[in-house]
Amino acid sequence: MIKSKSAKVGDWIFVLICILVSAICLLPMLNLLARSLSGSDFLIRREVYLWPKGLNFEAYTTVLSDMKYIRSFVFTAILTVVCTIFSLVMTTLCAYPLIFENLKGRNIINIFITITMFFNAGTIPNYLLMKALGLINNPLVLVIPYCMSVYNMIIMRSFFYGIPDSLRESAEIDGASFFKIMTSIYIPLSKPVFATLALFYAVGRWNGYSDALMFINDSNYYPLQLLLYNILNNINQVEVATQEGFSAPGLSESLKAAIVMFSTVPILLIYPGLQKYFIHGVTMGAVKE
Amino acid sequence: MKASKKKAVAVPQKKQSFGVYMKRYWQLYALLALPLIYLVVFKYVPMVYIQIAFKKYSIVQSVWEMPLAANHGFEYFIKAFKNRDFIYALRNTVGLNLLDLIIGFPAPVIFALILNELVFKRFKKVVQTIAYMPHFLSWVIIYGLALQLFAPSNGLINMVLTNLGFETIPFLNESKHWVGTYIGLGVWQSFGWNSIVYLAAIAGINQELYEAASVDGAGRFKKMWHITLPGIKPTIVVLLVMNLGNILGSNFDRPFALQNNLVMDVANVISTFVYKNGIKGLQFSLTTAVGLFQSVVGVFFLLLANWIARKLGERGIW
Repeated sequence: MIKSKSAKVGDWIFVLICILVSAICLLPMLNLLARSLSGSDFLIRREVYLWPKGLNFEAYTTVLSDMKYIRSFVFTAILTVVCTIFSLVMTTLCAYPLIFENLKGRNIINIFITITMFFNAGTIPNYLLMKALGLINNPLVLVIPYCMSVYNMIIMRSFFYGIPDSLRESAEIDGASFFKIMTSIYIPLSKPVFATLALFYAVGRWNGYSDALMFINDSNYYPLQLLLYNILNNINQVEVATQEGFSAPGLSESLKAAIVMFSTVPILLIYPGLQKYFIHGVTMGAVKE
Repeated sequence: MKASKKKAVAVPQKKQSFGVYMKRYWQLYALLALPLIYLVVFKYVPMVYIQIAFKKYSIVQSVWEMPLAANHGFEYFIKAFKNRDFIYALRNTVGLNLLDLIIGFPAPVIFALILNELVFKRFKKVVQTIAYMPHFLSWVIIYGLALQLFAPSNGLINMVLTNLGFETIPFLNESKHWVGTYIGLGVWQSFGWNSIVYLAAIAGINQELYEAASVDGAGRFKKMWHITLPGIKPTIVVLLVMNLGNILGSNFDRPFALQNNLVMDVANVISTFVYKNGIKGLQFSLTTAVGLFQSVVGVFFLLLANWIARKLGERGIW
């Protein structure tokens, strides 16, 4: 198709808008990166914009040599891996049986599950339950209570629905058990949905801090985001002040920037590679049946 | 054991007895057991504690033994509505959600329409990847970014403003500006991610419609208005309904991370009110009542919004 000249100009206008939008998305990150790499004098003199001045890695070496951050980072990483695997198992266990139309009680089970999506007992009842179960201050509280999202289960189930019934039926005729069908047909064919949901669960856990805020008092079990929250709000000032170099406000600012960077990077490295999967997942969640 | 009254079965069989059925299907129930136990324990058992809203909380008694609160058990609901902080939190929850809806809802639709006009596919992909990035940041991190951008003395934007001879803007420390910052950061975080659904809907539109329109001499904006927008209208309505149904919902992470003591009059929402007065302040009955009020009214709004969508001739969300 031959485009008129005005259409070509129009194309470039949209390109320009998109460049602007991308810049708005990236600008805060660039600013943060520049600050984390800048010398404290330049920060105090308010000279750092989007490019580091007095380039140095002092803030990063401070972060990486402080056991408090390393510990929290490793703890959160392990937590994220454990939660993601556990959540995927639970989600699969729930989604797979529900695709069988012959399953007796399927409708009741579906209603039972759907109700939990719309009605929540509330923060305090949940808190009292954790207390009754002895989960307060127990790191398991960061794994178990949110181990399955019904929303994600629905995404997985609709993916399972998309796998042709004929595959399953021929396996059934060959005498394969339902368990065998799950492990040899459904799970191997569902890599895209596993990738999507793994990303959702992992990001949720890595970024989550409210459960730790409510249920964990022992700072040894603080996930990275809660530690970061406390640092940004200067909670535990005494601890911060006693640390070497913290007396200079400039360094403390670049240090804060470095810590924010430090807790963001893992996700920024992972998500672009999974883009084609999660786009599919989001779309499936929105147009459920 | 009673015989099953099943209708059609995929593989034609004679009427099965329950025993035969279970011999084959027990595995599915076994698989379901763990998720169902999980839902019972962590979603249904907490509902038992809801009665605390109607009772005088006592740490030594079980939930069932606690005495009924005054005013036929509604004492704490009355107290909540006499509590100035709660009224503010209620107002803020609805107000911030409405602003999110008015400003935040159209943003991804517009962004999807713009992306759809891009002719360079590689470029489009890069823009998308960048626009999805903020969605993957936690609210604590976004707060950290906001501090570096908006801090009164050394935030990037205020540095630029002072250099240009303007006065600094208290983005985070003054109520009115805080609301703007809160809404703006919300749009920043979600517009890219929320555009995914609309892009998928646009991809589903029949391309022949565009070709026919071109033949008829329709320009870019005519096509956008008469083909693309009507094509994604069902998606827009469904998401609008879900958002309206959630008007009393309150996320915890975002307001809690962004709020500070200077702006509490506009920043305190129901979820943070419950945290502060319940988990920190130990007023369990009051905050359970508040939570129950929020859940019940929330379900009501959702049903109402869905009903309206159906009246408008759309599919609704279920």
